Amino acid sequence: MNEYKQDFPILRDPNYIYFDNAATTQRPRQVLDAVEHFYQTENANPLRGLYEWSVRATDAYEGAREKTAKFIGARKASEIVFTRNATESLNLVAYSWGRTFVREGDEIVVSVSEHHSNILPWQMVAKETGAKLVWLECEADGSYKMEEIENKITDRTRVVAIAEVSNVLGQPKPIREIAAAAHRHGAIIVVDGAQSAPHRRVDVTDMDADFFVFSGHKLLAPMGIGVLYGKAELLEAMPPFLTGGEMIEYVTREDATYAEVPHKFEAGTVNAAGAVGLAAAIDYVGQVGFDFISEQEEKLTALLMEELGKIPHITVYGSKDPADHCGIVTFNVDGCHPHDVASILDADHICIRAGHHCAQPLLQYMKVSATCRASMYFYNTEDEVYRFTASLAKVREELGYGS
Amino acid sequence: MDLKQMYREIVNEHNLHPTHKYDLEQPTVVLRGVNPSCGDDISLQLKIEDGMITDGSFNGSGCAISQASADMMLDLIIGKSEEEAQKMGDIFLRMIKGEATEEEIESLDEAAALQNVSHMPARVKCVQLGWRTMGEIMKEDQASHADGSHHED
Repeated sequence: MNEYKQDFPILRDPNYIYFDNAATTQRPRQVLDAVEHFYQTENANPLRGLYEWSVRATDAYEGAREKTAKFIGARKASEIVFTRNATESLNLVAYSWGRTFVREGDEIVVSVSEHHSNILPWQMVAKETGAKLVWLECEADGSYKMEEIENKITDRTRVVAIAEVSNVLGQPKPIREIAAAAHRHGAIIVVDGAQSAPHRRVDVTDMDADFFVFSGHKLLAPMGIGVLYGKAELLEAMPPFLTGGEMIEYVTREDATYAEVPHKFEAGTVNAAGAVGLAAAIDYVGQVGFDFISEQEEKLTALLMEELGKIPHITVYGSKDPADHCGIVTFNVDGCHPHDVASILDADHICIRAGHHCAQPLLQYMKVSATCRASMYFYNTEDEVYRFTASLAKVREELGYGS
Repeated sequence: MDLKQMYREIVNEHNLHPTHKYDLEQPTVVLRGVNPSCGDDISLQLKIEDGMITDGSFNGSGCAISQASADMMLDLIIGKSEEEAQKMGDIFLRMIKGEATEEEIESLDEAAALQNVSHMPARVKCVQLGWRTMGEIMKEDQASHADGSHHED
């Protein structure tokens, strides 16, 4: 039995097995309480504080920013911009930095295993500016060779947009080395940390990321709060993404001067309760500890891969080493469409993802149109892995193939 | 009928041993139907003579529900008039939305078993694929009648 599981109200129902943590995690009582506490005791519109509640709301919001900065190793809290999610953070970088600083003939390097949210904004920038998208191709197991990275990142490269951990194969990339290659050629690196920040220690200063993004909801926090880290000098040089309230200094009928970073990028009333929830989630993760999180994920992944290996007609994708999966195991059952597999498992109250996982270029490369994905977090248990594989072993029979 | 039962009793048979999954020799009309998000991809092939569907088939790939549903649809519409087929298509799509009457659902014979899918939003597009494609064929066919192209021959 996993002691942390009791902290998650939705997971107290033992009939359900939640293996879709790469899509979104569940929230512990501590996070739900923090959000409720904010609304019940200090709710007011932050950043406009002329009275006590608003001052407290501002403190709670800015406190969450400081906590987030420490959590990912940023030098200053002002390098943290709150957004809705990783997708919005990536769009902010593409619309603001990309459209301003990318020029015709520049190259934007993206990896073939990116989530669509780190592809589409760059396709847009390329189309608008006349820059060219260059693809980093992975090996059969989803890993990237330094040779490929060195070949594709050149003096023409302006941006390298890359996920630290793939949402399909779970494979981590050597971001520090890729960042060094980008910087050697005068490019910036935009790191999608949606699948890494919840699972391993992130240090944006050590990896030397120019931008780093993640979503709160994949890290036990409420939906609707996301993070963009950017180096101070880059954020300062960028135009605002959205304009409107609470991001200005002076406004006349014709013109405006903008507030300082990070508020320049946070137009309109902010998601203070979400930020407070994120701060509580960061505290919770801190208490659990990344040592335990990776240890538990690796243990569960190893067991799952071993059990899957015993079931005939199953193909597991990606690295053979469970340590290279960040809790994500993607697979297919011969002859069965992943959506049928997910439906059959759903009848046993097992939640997995099936489909293209918003990573169609990678699936095209893998030559499959869809896959099943089980993704685990530290609160999952070995018992759940056994029940999952027992149910999965019956899927082919349920779909009409002789057992 | 629960979900596993629906697969076991109806869907699997039509998916693994479809009656109508092949290329028709001389179809009068062929239309491709695709669900980009799940990769279901079929081509529906019909032979329509004097307003009657005299033969039909489908080919392609996709999940069990999309393939079985297309196969069951062809069971129903071959030998029927275009109008009757269209009416069935209308009933089927309304059944999936939860808007058809008991009596209407019964008229769909075996395909009535697919009404369970109305509780599975993610699978609605799969079960509709063949039917939607058939509906488009009928609509186009009528449009070509209406613009007079058929009156000239």
